[in-house]
Amino acid sequence: MFSVRICLGLLFAGALLAQHTYTAADIENGGRLYRLNCTVCHGPDGDFVPGINLGRNKFRHANSDEEIEQIILNGIPNTGMPSHSTLQEQQAENIVAYLHSMATAGRSTLPAGDATKGKVIYEGKGNCATCHRIRGVGSRMGPDLTDVGSQRRIVELEQALVDPNAEILPENRFVKLVAKDGTEITGRLLNTDTLTLQILDSSEHLRFFEKSNLRSYALIKDSPMPSYKGKLTTQELADVVSYLVSQKGI
Amino acid sequence: MIRYALLVVSLAGALPAQVSFDRILGANREPNNWLTYSGTMLSQRHSLLDQITPANVKNLELAWVYQVKSLEKFEATPLVVDGVMYTVQPPNDVIALDAATGRVYWIYPYTPSKDARPCCGRVNRGLAILGDTLFMGTIDAHLIALDARTGKPIWNTEVASAAAGYAITHAPLVLKDKVIIGTAGGEYGIRGFIAAYNVKTGKEAWRFHNIPEPGEPGHETWAGDSWKHGGGSVWVTGSYDADLNLTYWGIGNPGPDWNGDDRKGDNLYTDSVVALDADTGKLKWHFQFSPHDEFDYDSVQVPVLVDMEWQGTRRKVMLWANRNGYFYALDRTTGKFLLGKPFVKVNWATGLDESGRPMRATTAASSFDGVLIYPGNQGGTNWYNSSYSPRTGLFYIPTWVEYNTTYVKVPVDFNEGRTYGGAVLRANVGRGGGTLTRLEESEGYGAVTAIDPRTGDKKWLFKMADVTDAGILTTASDLLFTGGREGYFWGLDARNGDLLWKATVGGVVAAGPMTYSVNGRQYVAVAGGNSLFVFTLRQ
Repeated sequence: MFSVRICLGLLFAGALLAQHTYTAADIENGGRLYRLNCTVCHGPDGDFVPGINLGRNKFRHANSDEEIEQIILNGIPNTGMPSHSTLQEQQAENIVAYLHSMATAGRSTLPAGDATKGKVIYEGKGNCATCHRIRGVGSRMGPDLTDVGSQRRIVELEQALVDPNAEILPENRFVKLVAKDGTEITGRLLNTDTLTLQILDSSEHLRFFEKSNLRSYALIKDSPMPSYKGKLTTQELADVVSYLVSQKGI
Repeated sequence: MIRYALLVVSLAGALPAQVSFDRILGANREPNNWLTYSGTMLSQRHSLLDQITPANVKNLELAWVYQVKSLEKFEATPLVVDGVMYTVQPPNDVIALDAATGRVYWIYPYTPSKDARPCCGRVNRGLAILGDTLFMGTIDAHLIALDARTGKPIWNTEVASAAAGYAITHAPLVLKDKVIIGTAGGEYGIRGFIAAYNVKTGKEAWRFHNIPEPGEPGHETWAGDSWKHGGGSVWVTGSYDADLNLTYWGIGNPGPDWNGDDRKGDNLYTDSVVALDADTGKLKWHFQFSPHDEFDYDSVQVPVLVDMEWQGTRRKVMLWANRNGYFYALDRTTGKFLLGKPFVKVNWATGLDESGRPMRATTAASSFDGVLIYPGNQGGTNWYNSSYSPRTGLFYIPTWVEYNTTYVKVPVDFNEGRTYGGAVLRANVGRGGGTLTRLEESEGYGAVTAIDPRTGDKKWLFKMADVTDAGILTTASDLLFTGGREGYFWGLDARNGDLLWKATVGGVVAAGPMTYSVNGRQYVAVAGGNSLFVFTLRQ
């Protein structure tokens, strides 16, 4: 019976690892919950706790997804793993799905980077502060990067630099509005409902719109972020990533 | 002696009349009150009050708010009896308020056992009343009777074991001298049942096994011992036809939810409606919507009973918008299937046969590699209350549109009191809990779908940007009230879906609205976020 269970577990892990149907939207909820609840102790790559590597799906106490979920929900007595009683079961399942996506997402192939050099590129050649903001300096249009090092994985940071359209989280979606008089307004979509839109417009103002007062509105499919593939060398990319990884928040 | 008699008369006049079962049966004769969870025994959620109309609904404004001292989801529909409102602060505190002002008469606090672990929220959906007694099911699977004047308990019966995963989240249903309740816990490998208890003593009068045991009809639809943990929850209140003396209840999913490998067979009476004799609990008929379900398609809906012309004949009909994405009309005398039609995108079945049995799509087999299914795990609809308006002849469904889930099957073993699911789920909508929404329409959305129950054809659709967990109320003035996750409370024209009025309640509406009147003034009440909002016309 024991061997059968182990085999099933391996088969299951293999089945999940073998399939790549997770989309950014599918794992977004699990990723957000992971960043909210798990990164403080486990880190963005899941490798902060000795002997455990969540990002590589190496667990100490769990042999199945259900067991991982139960650990997330109930914790492990007499260890540093607390319970998370405010999480719903499906949210724990989402986190597990995200953990599997981490394992399948690949690893960064960048060489070791220099954060100090990366800061220079970020502020100079890369023009990153044109859109991004760190500790109150820079633009508000793109994602604030003050704590990006504790929120995003190295491989995700690399991907965002070379292929920014690969994953656009819903909170980073841009929208283009056309007013009744033909005026076009673009901005980051903060929230929407049946009747209204709330955006941060390109002048960094919080704006409220009634949909009925607009001629049209639509999400902008492509990320405003340019690709740095070919614009930065591999070493420069590694340096920028190192700088971003060093941004652990306030 | 004369003076004594006068005193008695005077006292009697000061006390409200007791809620007899005749009053409950004839609830439409007193639309100022809301005497059962669904308004009447027919569960149409249609009020005969008509003071608030499409013409004056724009003048609807807040009368009062009651903030519950709880951060749990607030899913209760209140009762109102002669100017007194009774509702439940989640999980299980009962509150009596003045229905015109919101001032509190009493609070009955209840602390559930630490063993209580309802799968989907520590919630309660409402109460039942008979005479001067209120009845509440609790998340630790007790049934409690309370004095409606004082909030003091009269009896407390353990219906089932909370440690074993049983819970009660729905409002009881009073039938004559019995109070009927069903058990939830299908995600924990329970074996669900519906039972009747004596209203005076709390003693069990009858029990219907939602999962038949050896020797009972339907047991053959379970492989091996799988019936022992077969699920079959009850999540919402049933309905009652007094002429037939039948009570109708929707039964939830089989356990484990998403991996049916060890429970081969149709798995009766999961995902079914059962018609039970109200006096004995004996099964008169059943209809199974989703045999051998692996997508969590509970029949977690209130049966809506309508007497209507059906193809030239007056007929006792039951309307049902099922979680599996199909709308059904059944003959509620016999259980005969009359009509079935999808009201949302469906890919798990290619259609229904002449008996109403779904023809399972070959592409919809559960799989360790994952399978993408429409509608997704929350269903085309869920426990959210539907409504039928005899005036418009339309059936109104809280709907999740363009919604799918990818089910990745996993092995699962039974451990008492632990989850018994069998899959990892990935849904395309419903993420995040409704605070901020940035979804596109193609990613799924919520709606009120109005259909003609005679044909299943859609008549109109009111689209929302986010999905909805809110029930629907219609009134005799052709108004429709509902909400959603966006924090709006909507007033629509029931005839065409036009938006006539809205209020921002600042939190998810995950309850069914209701309406009542006090001293000739109509009110509309709905739970939103962690408060009860009550609206009335500006004077």
